[in-house]
Amino acid sequence: MADIEFRQLSKRYPDGSEALVDFNLMVDDGELMVLVGPSGSGKSTILRLLAGLDRPSSGELLLGGKVINELPPQQRQLAMVFQNYALYPHMSVRANLAFPLKMAGLPRAVIRRKVADVAGVLELDALLERKPAQLSGGQRQRVAMGRALVREPRAFLLDEPLSNLDAKLRTQIRSEIAALQRRLQATMIYVTHDQVEAMTLGERIAVLHQGRLQQVGSPQLLYEHPANLFVAGFIGSPGMNLFPARVARGRDALILQCEGFALPVPEELTTQQSLGAHVGELLWVGVRPEGLALGAPIAAGPTARISAVEVLGYERLVYLEASWAPGQRLCARTGMQEPLQTGEIMGIQIDHHALHLFDPDGRAVD
Amino acid sequence: MNLRRACAYLILLAAALLFFAPVAFMLIGSLKADARVLVEAGGLQALLPSSASLQNYRDVFARVAFGRYLGNSLFITSCIVILGLLVNALAGYALARLEWRGRRFLFAAVLAILIIPLEAIAVPLFYEVTLLGWRDSYWVQIVPFIANAFAVYLFYSFFLELPRALEDAARIDGAGALRIFFYIIVPNSRAAFATVAILTFLTQWGAFLWPLLVTSSERVRPLPLAIANFYSLPPLQWGDIFAFGSMMVAPILAVFLLFQRWFVRGIAATGLKG
Repeated sequence: MADIEFRQLSKRYPDGSEALVDFNLMVDDGELMVLVGPSGSGKSTILRLLAGLDRPSSGELLLGGKVINELPPQQRQLAMVFQNYALYPHMSVRANLAFPLKMAGLPRAVIRRKVADVAGVLELDALLERKPAQLSGGQRQRVAMGRALVREPRAFLLDEPLSNLDAKLRTQIRSEIAALQRRLQATMIYVTHDQVEAMTLGERIAVLHQGRLQQVGSPQLLYEHPANLFVAGFIGSPGMNLFPARVARGRDALILQCEGFALPVPEELTTQQSLGAHVGELLWVGVRPEGLALGAPIAAGPTARISAVEVLGYERLVYLEASWAPGQRLCARTGMQEPLQTGEIMGIQIDHHALHLFDPDGRAVD
Repeated sequence: MNLRRACAYLILLAAALLFFAPVAFMLIGSLKADARVLVEAGGLQALLPSSASLQNYRDVFARVAFGRYLGNSLFITSCIVILGLLVNALAGYALARLEWRGRRFLFAAVLAILIIPLEAIAVPLFYEVTLLGWRDSYWVQIVPFIANAFAVYLFYSFFLELPRALEDAARIDGAGALRIFFYIIVPNSRAAFATVAILTFLTQWGAFLWPLLVTSSERVRPLPLAIANFYSLPPLQWGDIFAFGSMMVAPILAVFLLFQRWFVRGIAATGLKG
């Protein structure tokens, strides 16, 4: 296995559109790195550039410390699992698994042994003579994984490998992939648009948006300290509640002035110089759904009208329309106890220790 | 709904009869005695076998070297079909999938060539093969027809529809362009290959003008020239001509019936109308 480094990598298309801009990332040997972002964020472009299917416009790709920009795909010794699996429809499972080995010119006996090994690991033994069309979605996914595994590549690239599976199978195979990665100590880059998948799978996650890297870090770091508005809204399900507030000087400390009420600035932030520089400015205040508590309305406190309640069994997601900012939607996570009615006006307690602040450009203030 | 369906069937049946009647006339006529073919041609009798004998077929073989012409036609057509599949499929693949300088220009040129009929270029082509000293040979009937703009275009549009991920997967699995073509593209494009093979076979099997221009000896002449010649060979015997025609059509029917399944799929897949 090998480490992977992206240096100032960019991809522009002839029509001028930019799929990837100045992308820098180091993936350690044996690490599982998840690239996550909405469609069009450039995450699949990164895989295609790394695999050699597309050429970068500028920047360098390093595999095991060596620049591989000019190396054709067949010499990069990377394995890729595609979203639609890309199994060869005219070949049996056995022939699909053997194909990369055959292309590498390995002797037949070796190919037979390696295919048998991989089929054993992935429980494909009984399916070896079938064609891809005769397999279920989960089985096809397994064959695609097998075709990647059989080559003993320097790194695995997985491009949304679970997006064609139903939810239950997705959860199961997700944990299998993670277990496999740990067992093989494999360098793996896993692309997904599903932030839940990213959070549960990645040791580190790289969040992309519009071809630009937004933040890299552990799932915990991204959740607790999003670097900007995009990450705040994208990571977490549902995403962070965001509303504008003006930084003002209160009696003895800075406050966040909203329409009709004021929030104390979290202690962690008041001591810092950075917020002082923003006095008078309109900032974005972010708070996770679990940072909002619902109760009876109180005087000079924020209120909101319940627009919908989603019951998840052990908790509820309550969607609200903020009364202090028309059109501002909020989401609160609550337990199952208190009765809640659609249309009801609720008082909102905002846990000011759980606040996140973003400057007008969307960058976190900390 | 049922009435509409019945009408549709009726129209289809009528059309089928219309197209099949001349073929049936020929096949049945070839089994009749010479004298009765024209006499019975005026009515339904034409389609009823009043007698069945293979005498006309024996006559054909006795009067001309039918086997020789048949062999020539089979050889020439097979060469064009087989070499054509290889050349045109590779060209279609290069145009559809590979990135190279001048690709768009060449593709436009191929499209332009599509609309030029052989008749328009027959004379310059004739000069060309004369200069090469190819006249009155098999080559002169084969080489100019291997590369075919229509076949290239058909392959091109078929290959465009193949999922690109298959080729990407094969590239990552270590295959180069040629191996991708033979291991991945060809096995997944049987419908396109069958369609091109049949269309080429049908066109070339009936080729008349070009062989007429460039061949002079019976040694290399194909069936269409032979039947034209046979028609003018006294005595004029319609039973024999029908027997000749029937034997000429038989390979076409065989090829079509053999590949019909693929052919229909290929035509449907390429959105091509007959």
